[in-house]
Amino acid sequence: MNTPVTELQQDNADGYITADGRKIGSVMMDLRSITLRFGGVIAIQDISFDIRQGEIRAIIGPNGAGKSSMLNVISGFYQPQQGEVWFLGKKRPPLKPYQVARQGIARTFQNIALFEGMTVLDNVMTGRLNHMKTGWIAQSIWLGSANKEERINRQKVEEIIDFLEIQTIRKTPVGRLPYGLKKRVELARALAAEPDLLLLDEPMAGMNVEEKEDMSRFILDANDEYGTTIALIEHDMGVVMDLSDRVVVMDYGRKIGDGTPDEVRNNEEVIAAYLGVPND
Amino acid sequence: MFYREAGDFKTSYEADNQTFPIAFDRYRYWFVLAVAFLVIPFVINDYWANALLVPFLIYAIAAIGLNILTGYCGQVSLGTGGFMAVGAYACYKLMTAFPDINILFHILLAGGITAIVGAAFGLPSLRIKGFYLAVATLAAQFFLVWMFNKVPWFYNNSASGQISAPERTVFNVPVTGPNTEAWAMYLVCLVFVTLSAIIARNMTRGSMGRKWMAIRDMDIAAEIIGVNPLRAKLSAFAISSFFVGISGALFFAVYLGAVEVGEVFGITKSFLVLFMIIIGGLGTIFGAFAGAAFLVCLPVVLKLIGVDLFGWPPDLVAHFQLVIVGLLIMFFLIKEPHGFAQLWRVAKEKLRLWPFPY
Repeated sequence: MNTPVTELQQDNADGYITADGRKIGSVMMDLRSITLRFGGVIAIQDISFDIRQGEIRAIIGPNGAGKSSMLNVISGFYQPQQGEVWFLGKKRPPLKPYQVARQGIARTFQNIALFEGMTVLDNVMTGRLNHMKTGWIAQSIWLGSANKEERINRQKVEEIIDFLEIQTIRKTPVGRLPYGLKKRVELARALAAEPDLLLLDEPMAGMNVEEKEDMSRFILDANDEYGTTIALIEHDMGVVMDLSDRVVVMDYGRKIGDGTPDEVRNNEEVIAAYLGVPND
Repeated sequence: MFYREAGDFKTSYEADNQTFPIAFDRYRYWFVLAVAFLVIPFVINDYWANALLVPFLIYAIAAIGLNILTGYCGQVSLGTGGFMAVGAYACYKLMTAFPDINILFHILLAGGITAIVGAAFGLPSLRIKGFYLAVATLAAQFFLVWMFNKVPWFYNNSASGQISAPERTVFNVPVTGPNTEAWAMYLVCLVFVTLSAIIARNMTRGSMGRKWMAIRDMDIAAEIIGVNPLRAKLSAFAISSFFVGISGALFFAVYLGAVEVGEVFGITKSFLVLFMIIIGGLGTIFGAFAGAAFLVCLPVVLKLIGVDLFGWPPDLVAHFQLVIVGLLIMFFLIKEPHGFAQLWRVAKEKLRLWPFPY
């Protein structure tokens, strides 16, 4: 199923219109024949897919399929042994995670990775770090530029806080929050960075239906309002099929399906991977 | 003048971001500053200066420094004594090499030199964490003390191996040397403490402080939002060492006047400052003051109670002090890892709602 990189995929001009009428732009992130090994274990085997501007792209698959590894490759935690990562039309050299972040890629984690000792506001403010440039001398005096920069970024952060409806817990230390809110704060921190590409690793894991609905709404709104491109891993098939424009299906480190939710739903191999193959 | 937020509306983000958002706290802050600068210098005597106030102020600077590194950035350091020694010896060398330059510049420069040394000894933090880093900084402690003992250049080949501060003046008032008066000593230290606290507060409230705290709370997540761990950790080491160096320089030049490095800046000093920030509160500037005040006052108060009041032998009281400090550290580590500062904050939160908690 591994489609070779064709001329068409490299051509960034084309886009498509989704079922709900949103216009999807050119290729933003292009992963070409990525292979990732840990010793003898092959986590990802020769996978290629792309993520287009403005798209909500889901990565699904059974446990251990290599979905999180894929996200870690995109965000720079793992360096693939083979393959190329193209971002915004340029081949990306091996980068450290913080350099990837500066290129405009933000992410959330499967297990919440918030700064427990800081308040919600401070946590979301950390998302703005890449937009804050004043040097240490200006900061130590806290006059002029440092103060102004803090104010401007605070304003941005307050917009995000408003957007995600977490105003009331602004000054609460994150350690005291319940799980669902923590997930939301983590999304807030990622959104505060104003990323071009937002990676969400199981944003709805462990949530009840109501919280899932909220989170889905936030994801759609973020995509709609900020034009953020989103790649997400999720196990809840209902959510995935409703939210995403295109879906990549992985199993045992290989790509077994790629296409619109409807295409994927009817793909024989995908059904086999999820439900098993009848033995006869 | 009640302790209330009600009615105190903030209309700008600056107002909301200020250090003391509650009006009463602001008044108290200015009141304390006014007393410290305008009242105490006129009533201070030698005993108060030498036994309490000056060591408190100097340890407060060291504790602020260590708190930036350990409390804010999460890198445990046992090298504080060694870094204080760097500040002291740098100050000594500068004082004797350039006698015409104002001592205050020497103290600042000594801080700068310590910052460089601190950053160099902070390099292992890029690879190791926690206990292992503590051991690595312990190496810095022993190496630095050993070096200042062994290399005669550092103590200008003096026969005793000690360094002693020559007399230097600020505005024709001696601030180092044997003719220093209590109020001059106190004022010099107070100016440095005030500036240190303000600068440390400013650094920790902005993007720098957030980078440090992000590294402390979860370094992987910090990296994913764009914090360069190398720069964050080394800047914490450098800035922390800057303050520690200043406190070392003051400790030597202004407070003691003469120093034998192994005795004054040994490992016990490192632990003392570490205890201060643990008891006072990790990750707060107020905690540095609370911890320093507590550990400076404790022996004096115990002596007053034990020796003067009950007539116990002094050595017994001295041992009591160790027991009490040990118990307190255990208590704080188990019950309140954020120290006095957290107790204070909780008390204030209760006070805000008092007497109607619902």
